[in-house]
Amino acid sequence: MEGVTRRRNRQSWVPLIIVTVIFLVIVLDMDVMRIILQGLFPNEKEVIYPRANLLILLKEHMLLVFVSSLVATVIGVGVGILVTRPAGRDYLNLVSDISSLAQTIPPVAVLALAVPFIGFGFKPTVLALFLYSILPIIRNSIAGLESVSPNLIEAARGMGMTRAQVLFKIELPLALRVIMAGVRTSVVINVGTATVGAVVGAGGLGTPIISGLVRENPAFVLEGAIAAALLAFIIDQYLARVEQSLMVAYGSRKD
Amino acid sequence: MISLTNLTKRYGDFTAVDNISFTVEKGEVCVIIGPSGCGKSTTLKMINRMLEPTSGDVYIEGESVKSMKPELLRRRIGYVIQFVGLFPHMSVAENIGVVPRLLSWDRELTATRVDELLGLMGLEPDMYRGKYPSELSGGEAQRIGVARALAADPPLLLMDEPFGAVDPLNREILQTEFVKIQRELRKTVVFVTHDLDEAIRIADRIVIMRQGHIVQHDAPEAILASPKNKFVHDFVGSDRALKRLSRFTVGQIMREPVSVAMGGTMEKELHALRGRKGTRYVWVHDEGGKLMGWLNLPLFIEGGSIEEALTRIVTPHFAVSRDSTLRVALSRMLGEGVKVVPVLDGEGRIVGEINLRDIEKITEEVEAQWKE
Repeated sequence: MEGVTRRRNRQSWVPLIIVTVIFLVIVLDMDVMRIILQGLFPNEKEVIYPRANLLILLKEHMLLVFVSSLVATVIGVGVGILVTRPAGRDYLNLVSDISSLAQTIPPVAVLALAVPFIGFGFKPTVLALFLYSILPIIRNSIAGLESVSPNLIEAARGMGMTRAQVLFKIELPLALRVIMAGVRTSVVINVGTATVGAVVGAGGLGTPIISGLVRENPAFVLEGAIAAALLAFIIDQYLARVEQSLMVAYGSRKD
Repeated sequence: MISLTNLTKRYGDFTAVDNISFTVEKGEVCVIIGPSGCGKSTTLKMINRMLEPTSGDVYIEGESVKSMKPELLRRRIGYVIQFVGLFPHMSVAENIGVVPRLLSWDRELTATRVDELLGLMGLEPDMYRGKYPSELSGGEAQRIGVARALAADPPLLLMDEPFGAVDPLNREILQTEFVKIQRELRKTVVFVTHDLDEAIRIADRIVIMRQGHIVQHDAPEAILASPKNKFVHDFVGSDRALKRLSRFTVGQIMREPVSVAMGGTMEKELHALRGRKGTRYVWVHDEGGKLMGWLNLPLFIEGGSIEEALTRIVTPHFAVSRDSTLRVALSRMLGEGVKVVPVLDGEGRIVGEINLRDIEKITEEVEAQWKE
């Protein structure tokens, strides 16, 4: 949530790579997970969700997150740009309010409302994730674009840049770091929230969790939860590094 | 070259610029000056259409600025603003190359031009090309800002309080450099400032504005000698004679220094100087020409040793350079209580001397010239 202010110092790649490898081993070789879970829950007959392996669930999960985050990013940044233009400035407050409101609606409620209209599965889940994750992107896009000094815009205009050139050569590059922080926040939220998609049959890492809850099998719950948590952590860390590399590329090494 | 005709800018009921007209000749530095809110920046911004006039027009080489798309017009006009506005995500070279890129210059030509401009600004290209604005001092950033405005070699330069945010010491250096560069490039410059000393130092013509009107449009000497009304009189202030000295540089009136090199034939040379009228002090420099101190000639002639007669100086902080103004030279003299100060080059070598009598003479001459 605090995408605007969150910033990490240069970190070593080693721990991140180790965690990534552990994650891949767990996903690719189900025996490892089985041994861990069996050790934790010796009384359960079945410790691994039987209907789909983690790799398939991971793929479904990633697709949900990817599609919803992509749409949220494109629309969120687009809206951020529109309301910071002279013509759209009147709508700035309205847009901020609406996007804040969208985040207060629980994703499960969106699912419940959306299913009768657009059916079960992938589509209502993407809609719910989209609505839930667009706020940080809109908010950071506006903050990033508004933080560009009016002096720079005056200088750019005075040198003969068109409005579009000012946007693409000056404003967006300077706002990119803040926008990226918003995207990262929203992707991480989505990785966690996407587990509710299993309720309406969208698949993903939520499937063993829901199944485990229904069948009162804690091992299934843990299987999905461990995978989802590791995925969120890894994606967050990789995006953090992308953000950091932008900082270096724009020569703000001093701050 | 540029003429502003019946230019007016209104914001609702408020008239920022009220029907003003004036012309700036080719190669001339025209400084618009006045108290804040007098409409000077507004006037400047109507030249490159950062602001659209309510009525009236601006002609550049006879062509109305309205006949061109604003973006295309601005690419042909250099623009420097007070807060520099260097783009923090671009290197120095990229910043200077912005307009050439907009004009689709080829890469090599742009690179050559960038180096040329850095050289002109007295900044070593190899050192500065790849730096980012966050790594520059205020004075350096402002030089890059000027270089950026000059990049595509525009015949016309608009400068909106360009040195306003720089500390006084650096401002004086930047002004001196500006005068030097302008002498070489001969651009047509419209320069806005609220600093009268700056205006007098750099202007060929000064436009004094007040409440959207032009009060006086004249050469700096004329404004100093005959202020048109009480407003200009008060604006110019009571130290007009002193301000006038800013119009002259030391290089214009300095004399050959009376100096000898340390060691060798020094004593013989000093004896040769004994008949010279009015020479009491002789500058002493080392073999390389670097100023070491001065020597009291009568004391030496009356049998004193060189060491007795010599006053050594470590840092000649009272020295001036060729480009210093006479005002600076005079203030050094008053500050040190001397009548002559040495003129040094960048390496500390003595190249001349300037004395109080010569400053007085030039003041009298100018006074007489502008009285008529």
